[in-house]
Amino acid sequence: MTTNHILTVENLTTSFQTPDGKVEAVNNVNFALDPGETLGVVGESGSGKTQIFMSIMGLLAKNGASTGSVRYKDTEILNLPPRELNKIRGVSMSMIFQDPMTSLNPYLKISKQMTEVLVEHRGMSEGEALNRAIAMLDRVGIPGAAQRVHMYPHEFSGGMRQRVMIAMALLCDPEVLIADEPTTALDVTVQAQILDLLRDLQKDFNTATVMITHDLGVVAGLCDRVMVMYGGRVVETGSVRDIYYDSHHPYTEGLLKSMPRIDHANEESLFAIPGQPPNLQNLPTGCAYQARCGYVTDRCSAERPVLKSFDQGRASACFREDGK
Amino acid sequence: MTAINPNTPKKDSSPILSVRDLKVHFAIPGKGLFAPDRQLKAVDGVNFDLYPGETLGVVGESGCGKSTLGRAILQLIAPTEGKVAWLGKDIVGAPHREMQPLRRDLQIIFQDPLASLNPRMTIGEIIAEPLVTHKPELGKEEIKARVKRMMARVGLLPQMINRYPHEFSGGQCQRIGIARAMILEPKLIVCDEPVSALDVSIQAQIVNLLQELQREFDLSLIFISHDLSIVRHICHRIMVLYLGNVMELADRDSIYAAPKHPYTKALISAVPIPDPEIERNKERIVLTGDLPSPLSPPSGCVFRTRCPFAKDQCARETPKLEHVSSNQEVACHFHESI
Repeated sequence: MTTNHILTVENLTTSFQTPDGKVEAVNNVNFALDPGETLGVVGESGSGKTQIFMSIMGLLAKNGASTGSVRYKDTEILNLPPRELNKIRGVSMSMIFQDPMTSLNPYLKISKQMTEVLVEHRGMSEGEALNRAIAMLDRVGIPGAAQRVHMYPHEFSGGMRQRVMIAMALLCDPEVLIADEPTTALDVTVQAQILDLLRDLQKDFNTATVMITHDLGVVAGLCDRVMVMYGGRVVETGSVRDIYYDSHHPYTEGLLKSMPRIDHANEESLFAIPGQPPNLQNLPTGCAYQARCGYVTDRCSAERPVLKSFDQGRASACFREDGK
Repeated sequence: MTAINPNTPKKDSSPILSVRDLKVHFAIPGKGLFAPDRQLKAVDGVNFDLYPGETLGVVGESGCGKSTLGRAILQLIAPTEGKVAWLGKDIVGAPHREMQPLRRDLQIIFQDPLASLNPRMTIGEIIAEPLVTHKPELGKEEIKARVKRMMARVGLLPQMINRYPHEFSGGQCQRIGIARAMILEPKLIVCDEPVSALDVSIQAQIVNLLQELQREFDLSLIFISHDLSIVRHICHRIMVLYLGNVMELADRDSIYAAPKHPYTKALISAVPIPDPEIERNKERIVLTGDLPSPLSPPSGCVFRTRCPFAKDQCARETPKLEHVSSNQEVACHFHESI
């Protein structure tokens, strides 16, 4: 492994203490992010895709705890005290969330929310910070930024709020931007605008981006590499082309087949993955996907397939790899 | 796999539902204390026919009036103007006593599967409720037998009949909602975003179930959705709504192969395709701006403020929905030139 990764995650495991016992939401996840790269993290609700990054950013709920290692460049950041972590998060690593209304403070004007981080982290004066905030709002396509910066979040539409969130995240020129379902709450035409904006910004700022989403269409258009999660574990990784044109894991294959396509008519019934997503409190021994898998063998219920690397930068956690 | 959509709609028969110039306007209190009420035109003059066994997709962005339209058809919201003819008889403003027997044939499935189920009723009680209301002559045993049969049909284990909604996952709750809608064997179901809240792998299951039920019971569906990929898969005809106005109404193959309205074109091109080559190289029409407030819609064509092809005429005259072919209608002054 070279050390020019910007973010290195090793053996990350995150568990929550619940009244019904311990739940492992993220289990032994390893990956690295290079500068300027876009990584898509795909999975259904409860697959652990968001919790990986909540762990990294120190944003876990109180009953959650993580083990393993997360390095930003060469600094270990997992489980750092908030004061230390604040030197990195929001500055070098930023995160945007699905619902922009709940992540903005409704009582504060956008100007206050945006300048705070610059004054705090960059030592700018209020005036300098305001100018930078206006410039950034302008850059993300908010018309009349100089006036609108003095408005409250409720005065913006959903798409505009998400632009404000993106502008806020980019204020300190972060090297890593984590976007958690940034367009899920938006209409398709507005989603297209935001995705275009993210693509443009990536070109301009060369920010390494993590795109957490359940939408395989969004990943296809935006990401270089893809990591597919199921039941708290990574089940497949590879370049975007590998995943879409030559998927190896039965879950990836099933997900891609079950998507109705807008670009061609399908007269047959959709392929549907049978059954339900697994209950993390009650994962079966062996492979978490066994109950829904069309290739299941006795071995799948006896032992758990490990993530096995093959070719260049690809890996899949399925016993079918052994036979290939 | 069996062939689905074998052109089930019986266009030669008479429509089961005819909607004419349907309008739903809401009065919104004015801005000042004595200011007059303002009109929010949620649905503003919608016309269509629905045939037995047909699925009509209603698509549009949030706030376009698609859910209001669905509810107004079922008389769950009183229309302001217009006609909704069910089997030839206008049901707008029909008194409760006339409406009640019709409701057997008119059902609805909601978006949020858990929120639409009473948490204090067992799923057996939930699914049986329409039977108890509409067929009081049935005995307890008969009702239970029918509920169990319907549960099995929608893919729920009949022995779960005494469980409560919170014990089920989202996909299973949606199956309960479908069982409740299907128990009276209705002729029409309005599906209001039935799969939007579900995970990708579960969406396909529910879509397939709806299609199977449609064939089995010769159901007509009004499928309200913002997801144009699913609509392409399940619908025979598609209506595109924008600020309460129909922009385009056409059969599925025409609208996806050759959309005529600039809004339809933009909507279709905005849907991300799960194929990196196609998605990265496709032609995109990215609309600028957001949906205008429905309280002060633009003059003339309501879409003109976001339309890349808007001209002066668009601000002056409201385009009418015109036939461009026997099965495609468009409301745009310039549909021929763009």
